[in-house]
Parts: sequence; C-alpha cells; structure tokens
Amino acid sequence: MLFFQTDHLTLNDFMPAHPDRIGDIIARFPHVRRNSLIPLLQAVQDELGYISEEAIVRIGSHLSLPSSKVYGLATFYNQFTFSPGGKYHITVCNGSACHLDGAGRLVEEIKKILDIGDGETTRDRLFSLEVQSCLGACGQSPVMAINGTYFSGITVKRLREIINQYLEDGSR
Amino acid sequence: MDPDKELLLRLAQTDPSGLGREEREHLALLSRQVLEQPLIMVNSTTSGMVAGAGETWRAVEHYLEERNIGAEIRETGSIGLLSEEPVLSVQLPGRTRLFFRRVTADRVPALLDDIFHMVIPAELVIGQLPGNRQETWSDIRNLDNIPFFALQSRIVLEHCGIIDPFSLAEYVGRGGYSAFLSVIRRYTFSEVCNLVIRSGLRGRSGGGFPTGLKWKTAADTPSDQKYLICNAEESDPGAFTDRYLMEGNPFQLLEGIAIAAYAIGSNRAYIYIRSELKDSVKRIDHAIRELRNFGLLGDNILDSGYNLQISLRKGPGAFVCGEETALIASLEGRRGMPAPKPPYPTATGYLGRPTVVNNVETLSNLPGIIRKGPDWFRSIGQKDCPGTKIFSISGRSRITGLVEVPMGTTFDVIVNKITGGVERGRELKAVHVGGPLGYMIPPALMDLEITYENLKKHQLGMGSGGILVLDDRTCVVNMVRYFTAYVDKQSCGKCIPCREGTRRMAEVMERICSRPADEPDQSALDRFRGVLEMESLSGVMKDTSLCGLGQNAPNPVMSSLKYFREEYEAHVFDRVCPSNICTQLRSWFIDVDLCTGCSICAKRCPAEAIIGTPRHPYFIVQEKCIGCGICYEVCKFSAVYYK
Repeated sequence: MLFFQTDHLTLNDFMPAHPDRIGDIIARFPHVRRNSLIPLLQAVQDELGYISEEAIVRIGSHLSLPSSKVYGLATFYNQFTFSPGGKYHITVCNGSACHLDGAGRLVEEIKKILDIGDGETTRDRLFSLEVQSCLGACGQSPVMAINGTYFSGITVKRLREIINQYLEDGSR
Repeated sequence: MDPDKELLLRLAQTDPSGLGREEREHLALLSRQVLEQPLIMVNSTTSGMVAGAGETWRAVEHYLEERNIGAEIRETGSIGLLSEEPVLSVQLPGRTRLFFRRVTADRVPALLDDIFHMVIPAELVIGQLPGNRQETWSDIRNLDNIPFFALQSRIVLEHCGIIDPFSLAEYVGRGGYSAFLSVIRRYTFSEVCNLVIRSGLRGRSGGGFPTGLKWKTAADTPSDQKYLICNAEESDPGAFTDRYLMEGNPFQLLEGIAIAAYAIGSNRAYIYIRSELKDSVKRIDHAIRELRNFGLLGDNILDSGYNLQISLRKGPGAFVCGEETALIASLEGRRGMPAPKPPYPTATGYLGRPTVVNNVETLSNLPGIIRKGPDWFRSIGQKDCPGTKIFSISGRSRITGLVEVPMGTTFDVIVNKITGGVERGRELKAVHVGGPLGYMIPPALMDLEITYENLKKHQLGMGSGGILVLDDRTCVVNMVRYFTAYVDKQSCGKCIPCREGTRRMAEVMERICSRPADEPDQSALDRFRGVLEMESLSGVMKDTSLCGLGQNAPNPVMSSLKYFREEYEAHVFDRVCPSNICTQLRSWFIDVDLCTGCSICAKRCPAEAIIGTPRHPYFIVQEKCIGCGICYEVCKFSAVYYK
C-alpha cells in the first residue's frame, strides 16, 4: 500500500532541509550596482549575525567585485563582524560622559573576567563584547546593555553581579 | 480617500480659519490638542529606555487594564531632560498636560492613582504645559518658568517630547507640512534658495557655511539629476542632538529635507543614519512610509507636478563618514574615505551629480523659516549668525540634556544657569565643546558669546554642539588622552598626516599617563620630546590633512596645552595626576596605624615591592611598585591608600 502512495513525492522531499539564507538575501538585491553592496552586507549581518566567508565570496560574485574588495570594505566599517556573536552580547558605552564615570574600568573588568577583547566572543559562545562610541543616554552614565536590556549607573561591583547572573543563567 | 486624511491635507494647504467649525474641532481631536479621554505619554527614546521606560510603559498598561480605565497611552520623544528619565506626561481632558520625572515602574500605580483623584505629587512633577482652552492646575509651575526651560528658546525642539513621533496627524495639526506645501505651490526653486539666503541660516554641523549659498551653487550647476543628502551620521561620543531630533520629531526633519530638495531642484533625497541609532531608524522609516501613504512623498505630490523620493540608508558606522565626501563614498558602496575638495560635492557629488549634504539640525530649521518668514528668523540670535543652536550637555553638570539657545548665548548661561552648573561644593574646571575634535575651554572664557566668528577669533569652535562639563574631580589630560585614542582609531588611513599624526599623538598622551617604573631607560627623554614636538606635529596635521578629521584632531591637545598647561606639567615633570584620575600615576602607601602586619599584601605583590616582618606594619618600596593596586584590593583592614 505504502508503495502506491509515494508517487507524488519528488526527489527534494528526501533531501535534508537546507535553507539557502545567503541566496535568499542576495535575491532581494537584483540590481548589480556597487551601491547595493553595503545594504547587502547589512542584511547579511542582521539576519545571520555575522559576515561569513561564504557570504563575502557570493556577494562578490553577485556584484562582479573581487572578494578582496568586499572584505576590505566590510572590515573598514564598525558594524560588520566576522564571527558569530555570543549568546549574550554585551555592549558597553565608552562615550565621553561614560568615560568620565569610569566606563574604561568596566571594559577592563569585563575583559579580565571573560578573557575577551573588543569584538570577540568567548570560547563557549556565551558572551561577546562590543565597545560602542556612544549609546546616547549620557544622563545615566556609565551605561551598558546585554542583548538589549540596559543597565545604567553601573559600578565594578554591580558589573560582577550582573555577569555572574548571566553566567548562571547561561550554564543552566 | 479616508476623510480624516483628506481633512489633514486640507489643513496643511489652507489657513485654519478657512475650515468649518466642526472640521476644526475634529482636527483638534485628531492631533490630540483636545482630548476625549486621558492621555498618558511615555518617553520611549534611548535615554528613556535605558532608565526603564519600557517597564514604565508596561506598568501603565497593566494599571489601566486592571482598573478598566479608558485612557490612551502613546510614545513620545524627549523633552531634553535626560538625567530625569523616565519622563512621563499625563493629560486629562480639558486640563493642561503635566510632566513627571523619574517615573520608574514601581512609582506608576501611586502616581496614576493620585492624578485620577486630582492630586499632584509634588516631588515628581516637573511642570505643566499651558495649552489653548485648557484649565491650568493651580500651584504647578509652567514649564516656561523652570530655569531649565526659561532661558532657552525652543524653536526646533518645540514639539519634541510633546507629540507622538509616529503620528503625522499630530505634526500636521500643529502647523506641519504647511511650509512644504506652500513652497511647492507658490515658489520657484530659486525663490526658495533666496528666501533661505535672506534668513541667514548657516550649517549647524560646525563649519557654519551659509546653507542658501550651498544650495545655490548646486542649483546653478546644470545636470540631469541632483541629490540631497541628510547627514545623520552622528557618532561623536557625547553628542545626541540629531538623535533626539529624529526620535522626537521625524516629520519636521523630513519636511525640511523635502523643502531643501525642492530648492535645489532635486527629486531624489537620501537620509544617511548611523545604523547604531536603531530608534531613529525605526521612527524615520515609519515616517517615510506614512508620508508616502498620505501622498506627501512620491510622484506628482498633491497634483503640484513635483516628484520626490526620500530613501533611508543605514550608515555602517565610521566616524569619518560625518565628512561629506566620505559620506558620499559610503553611499556609493565604497570605503568611507574623504576626497580632496574642490571639486565640491555641489559640483560633482553622489554618482558624479551635484549633491548637497546638510545636517539634521540645519534641515529641521527649515519648516519654521518658511512658515514664519526669514525676517522672523533674523530676529533671533545674532546679526551675522541668526537662529538657535542645540547643545547636548553631559558630564558633571547637574542636568544632562538638550538645550536650545539663541546664537550669541554665553557658555556661562548654558552651563551654569540652564543646566545648573556642577554639583554643590565642586568647582568647574573646564568645558569641552565639540566632541573628540573639539576644544577644552577654561572657566575664564565662560563669558564668550557663542557665534561661529567669535569662537574662531579665539581659535575655538562649536563642532557638533556636544558640551562636556568637567569639575575638579576630573583630569583634563586623561580626557584629552581619551579623545586622541578615539580619533586614532577612527582615522580612515587615507592621508599620511592624519594616519600617522593621530597615532603619534595618542602615543605621546599614553606615555604621559603611564607609570614611571614601566619606562625603559631613554623613554623619559622621549616623553619630553613628544610633548615638545606636539605643537609642530599639530601644525603639520592642520595644514596637510585632507579632511576635517585630520585637521581638527589636534584641537583638544592644542587648546588644553594652551589653557591647562599646569596639568600637563604635573603629569610630565612631577609624574603625578593632580586629580588622581590617571590610575597609573598613583603612589601607594600603607597606613602604619591600620596595618596589622598580616603580610597578605606582600605575598600577593607581583613586583615584590612590599617589605616588612609579620605582625609589624609593612612598607611599599616606591621604586619597585608597578601601581597595579592589588595590595589595595586584598587588604582586609583598608590600610592601603594612594595619593
């Protein structure tokens, strides 16, 4: 019985699900123009969370640009990252008001606790760190955010508590 | 067509007196100038969200649902009091609007209980906003009478924090879009240019170039296509003017863009927003869609024969893209590197066509100038420099916020009167104006009237309008070191004087602030030489750099060397930081009376600089100490201190 019911299936139904996300993004920019390069990279960054090697090569061939040019442009701008971020993405503001209130010390402390630098991710993919030039909330300095949750007026002690909390949640 | 939409468009095109009484009443309801039910507005801009406006919003929603109260809750922008967030405003039908400060989620139920029982909690209220045909609350100050607002003239910021940035009806109901529609109906391209030239409006991004003249050169260049670009790449740390203009009143900016595009005869405009400003992107994106929906953008706008498209582009984040040629390069899909000028973008800019790049604040000024006329604009501020300027004040001032004052106001009025000066018992040490490319200004120059020419006379400038207030607990040298390090990272690397100069400058500043014991033999000489050569290095950078970044990078160093020489001398010669901020220059001591001789500090000292015998006070050998501060952290008796 089973044999007769399978005749409407195609070969694709037996293939593993393999969504081509980069291809889908590229398909949204049909015009081969240099000025769609940055919006394309931004779309990849937003949806994949980072710019992969595959994305650079495929975007380059789509726009008829050498991969080196695409990579050169992507590394020039701060928005693009080349490794997937951590489960918890820490953004610390190092604007002038936050610096005045000790944002530098916070960054040092995070680097020490998690053993990562600016733009890096911990080995267990739990935390990633980004130091921004200004979050625009100079009235609550120093400010940091973890995955969009803001923390204001933080001290080193408070910072340790926050990170420990996330460490506990993450290892659970 | 939707009757509400039609009515709004009619209002934008005619005098309100031309409308019937019923229509006017309906419009007042639409634009929330008259209310049928209570209105609660929460400041949902970045500063509000950081302070917890998201939770406040949910608490208000929960409160209304639980008690089954019919009230509207809406988002709004910031009224400028960034240190008093989350700011919440409540308006009951027929009464004036009340503003409250620091309304965190836990304070919401008690506050709303009080207001609905007509009691105003005095400790939370900021003031009331007087309005037409609205009964005032007794014993509550008007916003205009509070020192923070009294000395300001809020023209561009007028509606920020008061209207809903997602509602075109509220903007149009307050006179919005009448300027743009009268421009495309009544004036030719060059008439608009002349009008703005007559108003004397100058670019607000720091250079102070007359906006009308810039337009005229672009308008007079023959081309099949012209472009208008709004520069919203605000990445100065400590400057948040453009951000809150976009988040508070996006339609005003878009109307300004439309007017400017019309004046240069362009039907293609771009707005380039730094991608990190997510809230601004969200509001502008919504506003553009709303305008298209109303037919105020697109082809043949309201049958005038004028077409205009505005597209939003997200800047991928580079400080140098604030420079117009770099911004254009970035829009074209290249690295944001500046190009030599001339040719100016007004001749060959984006895709080789004449392009005008204007800043957010400049463009936000335009609807007001058109609506009230150039003579009105000239009556504000100074003769050669009319209008207002918005400053973002942060740092050690009592109030952090956005301040809009007429040109010609002194620093003293802004810093000491409007934002309340530094904390009681502290002394003002300096104000830093204009971000990483800005200037350190000593208290002696606080009476300087702020105009482009006046500041230039003193070799100063206002940059993007960020003012950082420094009190006597801060270190000028440390702050300058922060700025040089920042600029060093942001230099694009195209021209050598900037690429190498900013690096050298950052190194010299780093060396001044680093610990003497870490220095190899000859570096003391290098340190002196670095400081001595700083001046000639700055001169070379100023003269030979391609763009504003390299030319202005030495500003913080030069102005602070001029006015705060003694701080440098303490760092360079005496190797101490007078305000104890530069941690590496601290000297550590052990208090003989407090030390119990437990020896933990000696065991943990990585430099073996602590000597002594157990149960007797220990001693730090200054020559060996590397200043890590571990002894300070491990001491259980607080016996370690620094000077």
